[in-house]
Amino acid sequence: MIPLEHYLYLSIILFCIGAMGVLLRRNMIILFMCIELMLNSANLLLVALSKFHSDNSAQIFVFFVMLVSAAEVSVGLAILVMLYRNKPSTQIDLWKKLKE
Amino acid sequence: MEIAFYVLAVSAILSALAVVFAKSPVYSVLWLILTFFTIAGQYVLLNAQFLAAVHVIVYAGAIMVLFLFVIMLLNLNIATEPVKPVYMRAYEIVGGCVLCLTMVAAIHTSSFEFTPVNAYDNSIGTIEKLGVTLYNNYIFIFEVSSLLFLAAMIGAVILAKKGDI
Amino acid sequence: MNLTFAQIALAALPFLPLAGFAVNGLWGRRFKETTIGIVGCGSILLSFLLSVFLFMANLSGSFATVQVRLFDWIPVANGSIGFSLMADPLSLIMLLVITGVGLLIHLYSVGYMHGDAGFARFFAYLNLFIFFMLLLVLADNFLLLFAGWEGVGLCSFLLIGFWFTNESYNAAAKKAFVMNRIGDLGFLLGMFLIVFTYGSLNFDQVFTAAATAGGANNATIIAITLLLFWGACGKSAQIPLYTWLPDAMAGPTPVSALIHAATMVTAGIYLVARCHVLFSLAPFTLSVVLAVGVATALLAATIALFQTDIKKVLAYSTVSQLGYMFAALGTGAYVAGLFHVVTHAFFKALLFLGAGAVIHALHHEQDLRNMGGLRTELPFVYRIFLVGTLAISGIPVFSGFFSKDEILMNVFQHHTVAWGLLFIGALLTTFYMFRLLALAFWGEKRGHHANYVPMNTTMKLPLAVLAFLSFAGGFAGLPEFTGLNWLHHYLSPVFSDVTLHNEPHLSIGVELGLMAFTVLAIAGVIWFYASRFKHLQTRELNQLNGELPWYKKLPANKYYVDEWYNRLLVQPINRLSDFLYRVADTLIIDGLVNRIGGMVLSAGNRARKLQSGDIGIYLYVMLAGASGLFLLYVLLGS
Repeated sequence: MIPLEHYLYLSIILFCIGAMGVLLRRNMIILFMCIELMLNSANLLLVALSKFHSDNSAQIFVFFVMLVSAAEVSVGLAILVMLYRNKPSTQIDLWKKLKE
Repeated sequence: MEIAFYVLAVSAILSALAVVFAKSPVYSVLWLILTFFTIAGQYVLLNAQFLAAVHVIVYAGAIMVLFLFVIMLLNLNIATEPVKPVYMRAYEIVGGCVLCLTMVAAIHTSSFEFTPVNAYDNSIGTIEKLGVTLYNNYIFIFEVSSLLFLAAMIGAVILAKKGDI
Repeated sequence: MNLTFAQIALAALPFLPLAGFAVNGLWGRRFKETTIGIVGCGSILLSFLLSVFLFMANLSGSFATVQVRLFDWIPVANGSIGFSLMADPLSLIMLLVITGVGLLIHLYSVGYMHGDAGFARFFAYLNLFIFFMLLLVLADNFLLLFAGWEGVGLCSFLLIGFWFTNESYNAAAKKAFVMNRIGDLGFLLGMFLIVFTYGSLNFDQVFTAAATAGGANNATIIAITLLLFWGACGKSAQIPLYTWLPDAMAGPTPVSALIHAATMVTAGIYLVARCHVLFSLAPFTLSVVLAVGVATALLAATIALFQTDIKKVLAYSTVSQLGYMFAALGTGAYVAGLFHVVTHAFFKALLFLGAGAVIHALHHEQDLRNMGGLRTELPFVYRIFLVGTLAISGIPVFSGFFSKDEILMNVFQHHTVAWGLLFIGALLTTFYMFRLLALAFWGEKRGHHANYVPMNTTMKLPLAVLAFLSFAGGFAGLPEFTGLNWLHHYLSPVFSDVTLHNEPHLSIGVELGLMAFTVLAIAGVIWFYASRFKHLQTRELNQLNGELPWYKKLPANKYYVDEWYNRLLVQPINRLSDFLYRVADTLIIDGLVNRIGGMVLSAGNRARKLQSGDIGIYLYVMLAGASGLFLLYVLLGS
């Protein structure tokens, strides 16, 4: 049986790759995908813990996370489309003025 | 079993890196789909067949298709991303690695003794068990999530619509 | 609970004026003057009728005292303080004076205040005043009495500053309020001491406890009575807290008549009389009361000699007469003091309303130097004023004669020097009153008022009734040797426990002799002034316009008491406040707060530069923070 630590390391690595992607890239679509990657690393950890605890509540939780992220993606992509209509580019830097 | 885990883990890491470093968004999407498949494989290994199925359907089947649609429809594939200076990229990569290292080190240093709360149960993660839990304990959240979807749907339509509403 | 009719009447009594206040105060702006007048006077009339009913019932012996507990006001551990009313002969006499004189003054005000913009407000305030005054005399515990006491102070403040657009009137109102507060502090401390000593505020319980504890002149009871007397000094304008009353004349004249002559200022007398059990146990306090009363009577009388404002003369006269009342109380002659309260309410209200009539007729002229010769122009007012003057001077058969004579007689038994001073005071009273009469009504016309504002019936009727009462009111308390002193007899149940009166009574001969001596002296003063008034007047008018010799300048300027108070108390306090404002408040507290605020502001200004809008940087900082935390864990943990 695979020790739990290995699942932890795997999800940490995936999470950090996602975070690094957000840092490196400026294309909003890719940023979005990196966020999904980070979410999935957390999901993986939850499922692993669920198995090791023999408790399926964590899997229900993962289920709801997927649910929410599906909703989030649909709204997020809609926002992206709207932004693209205003300025025909997906560069995140162009929207700095949203800070205020 | 173990071999399957390590193969899947390595391919997941590699494909995730490919997502980040791919030149074109379409490639990124395709690499991400691969990553999701490897994660689904991990779910299967973890005896969570139902979640594996849902994962493939929702992520690979729905969300990524949505991404592809947006990229294709807006014709975003032409890479116009300005290249950041090298020292900045270096900073960022080092930052990500440092985070990773500190987290791994933290887990490593903590006297992490894992003791399961419940006895091992092979039927955890089966559709039957999940269904019973979902509809007994989480029925309210389940119903409310439909409201969330409704709101997301309306929001998406309103945001993406051209012109005045 | 079965209430007798008397109890219901008692409970309703104070709340009728309150209802009048509510109606006039809330909807008065929309009413016509007639409606306001009917509401205002009607509520007092009903109260008066109820008072008469209670008085009659009491006379016929259907009850000795009547009590009604409306509700528990402040529930405390041992015996809650109730909102309960009580009427005994002492309260009933005060009740009749308040509602009776109050009714007449309300009626008079309808004519006097006609056309004033604040007509409704005026009647609302007057009704509120009557409510609080009734609460004061009907309370059966110190706390409720104090509520009424504060309430009348409030109404006095509101009515002195009634014409609030005039800044000096506002200053007068504030002065009265602050002076009263200084007195109230004493009252309040006295109440604390009473609760502390006797564990109750209820009159019956306190007095019983004090009487059974006995021990005349012990320190506690002297402290209590001195503190209560301090409160009474504030309300009744005695030395050293008298300076607010002359300034209070800024209010409309009916207010001066009702509040600052007939009723509110006698609250102090009522308080002392109500607490006579305590005061009788403290002979030391009584001698203080006597001394203060005599001093005030004399001091105010000398000031009144030189005033040129018709209302100021009457105001100082009021202070002086209140001094007489306190002098009576100080000798333990509570009935004599109350008798003077009653007759004084009649003739001083009459004099104020008469002065109001003059002021009204002369288009708000108050300066005596611009009057003169009004005898032929305003014959009705002149006759009224003459009655009032004779009554206050103490001419036989007028009411003031009997009451003042009783006081003088009691003081003579007690203290000859005090009697001598009060006797001089009585002569001075006669002198300044006839001076007032002469300046206003006799001699030649000095003003240039061509057309006089006519008086209507609502103003004439109260004057006539009060004139009659000033004339006949004294028969309620004929000298004791006649055996017909009704008031003494009526009030005897209240003061039955006064043991101070055990000194040998004066023989009839001495009493009559004293009486004759006083009357002759007063008559002599009148003869002297009346025969030479022309010469005196011209000399005085010349002097008043020019420079006065020092012995006249001193009382004419009120002995500079206000100036001394200003220099010794007000200015140091102002300076201290200014110092605290500038140093403690502005520099330390404000400075501290402003400095902290400025620091936060500048820190914020610097911090907002971090918010560049570049999410890469945000995330980078976040990651750095997270790494830092984990690093900390790695280094410190395990």
